Amino acid sequence: MNILNLLNALPGAVSQGLIWGITAIGIYITYRILDIADLTVDGSLCTGGAVCIMMVLSGQNIYISMFAATLAGMATGFITGVFHTFMGIPPILAGILSQLSLYSINLKIMGKANQAINVDKYHLLVSLRYIKGVPFYQNPIFIVTICIILLVALLYWFFGTELGCALRATGCNSNMARAQGINTNFSKVLGLMISNGLVGLSGALLSQYQGFADINMGRGAIVIGLAAVIIGEAAFKRIFHNFGFKLIGVALGSILYYLVLQVVIWLGIDTDLLKLLSALVVAFFLGIPYWKKKLFGTANPALKKGGTINA
Amino acid sequence: MLEMKNVTKVFNPSTVNEKLALDNFSLTLEDGDFVTVIGGNGAGKSTMMNAIAGVWPIDAGQIIIDGTDVTKLSEHKRAKFLGRVFQDPMTGTAASMGIEENLALAQRRGRSRFLKSGITRKEREEYRQKLQILGLGLEDRLTTKVGLLSGGQRQALTLLMATLQKPKLLLLDEHTAALDPKTAAKVLETTEYIVTRDMLTTLMITHNMKDAIAHGNRLIMLMDGKIILDIRGEEKKKLTVEDLLHKFEAASGEEFANDKVILG
Repeated sequence: MNILNLLNALPGAVSQGLIWGITAIGIYITYRILDIADLTVDGSLCTGGAVCIMMVLSGQNIYISMFAATLAGMATGFITGVFHTFMGIPPILAGILSQLSLYSINLKIMGKANQAINVDKYHLLVSLRYIKGVPFYQNPIFIVTICIILLVALLYWFFGTELGCALRATGCNSNMARAQGINTNFSKVLGLMISNGLVGLSGALLSQYQGFADINMGRGAIVIGLAAVIIGEAAFKRIFHNFGFKLIGVALGSILYYLVLQVVIWLGIDTDLLKLLSALVVAFFLGIPYWKKKLFGTANPALKKGGTINA
Repeated sequence: MLEMKNVTKVFNPSTVNEKLALDNFSLTLEDGDFVTVIGGNGAGKSTMMNAIAGVWPIDAGQIIIDGTDVTKLSEHKRAKFLGRVFQDPMTGTAASMGIEENLALAQRRGRSRFLKSGITRKEREEYRQKLQILGLGLEDRLTTKVGLLSGGQRQALTLLMATLQKPKLLLLDEHTAALDPKTAAKVLETTEYIVTRDMLTTLMITHNMKDAIAHGNRLIMLMDGKIILDIRGEEKKKLTVEDLLHKFEAASGEEFANDKVILG
């Protein structure tokens, strides 16, 4: 257990954490704002990666490829949205159906289960090879940080617009939203599209970073994303109240998750058990509000359905 | 202003729980009418409101608001005609959003929502002034999350939201039933003030006979999805609770057994 090994691994962990942070922000939008646990992400992450890698391999510009990956992600969100709103399927099941369909679609996009890309032959935006020994502006940590800041600024602006407010109202209280003339089905589809668009972009970055897109790369993405959301909220809730900062907090939560993961690996845990560990940690933290309510009678009073009946 | 023609709604059709909630129900409201609605549990009061609001499709009949046939319109499309306040204070507002954000959502009822700013500085000033009418000090707490307000405050805010843009029809579904008597009286007073000021056409369900008599220019009583009493004009002004009970017995052939309806 050489501490240097751990220190050497940290920049990589931070890069991965940041890239997954974009997925986590997407999951924040569905899980916290729309109040939907969207399982599409397990498939759309790979869709984003697959589209990006295949387009770069066919000679497309990297930025166009990443843009296409984002659009592909949005399309997957659209499908889940249609399953849910137009066909009346409960959101969790709608996500599972999309996720399963995407397994086939992703295989068809890639042609096989794994597509590698060589950073020496193609121009890529981020790569784990650029972690050390390159100017700072080529470092994935720098590039993805800039990406996240731009995305958060964009989302902050969007959720302050009429359309964004309608989306928030839909997630908070859909009865009220309809009474105010908001088409809640449209809001839900739009929210799922934005969320999965971000996940697709995250998948595009991740596949470049690791140098390949793989059919299983999205497995458990929802759990990692939720872990990041929960860690981010728990760690920064006293500091970050503004919506934009909350999103930053989620991205930071994702970095924390990967740092902890790195430490756990360094401590010598059997890496086969990592997913089990992640799932149990998320289950534990998801259970906290419930147990708080059971033991102390109230969860956080400022949350969702707070307030008292009588004045 | 409102026309309901032969509206029928059956819940859980062809099951043991089948319930004829609205039975060939017709009601016409003139412009500026303030109609109070009473009736026992399961009489069809809320069903009538929900049919107007379009919460679900009706089985037969027609609903016309201000000359527009809304029978086939979805709930959010009808919203531009309607201001609604619900029984549960949680239903009418978005708890995780601020007071001003809730008002801004209501301000845009019935309009297309695009990428314009969700709330403008000019609106804020306007909301501050309008909140003063409620007399609850909310004008100084514009950014407070609505989830932190009391039930009474939330109902008053919902009422303001429902009337921020003058609705063709104001639907009040027992909006004071979940409040303590003092708060209920205050919310009702504000209701009367706004309805009179804006000359709103209003349908108000209440469990309290006294309130039903004290407010509005017309009173209807529902039973089994039908109107069994319709009192208006001079007759309504002279009405007492006792009259109402006698009329109910005469109309329905049974005693008004529900204490809650009598005492409120």
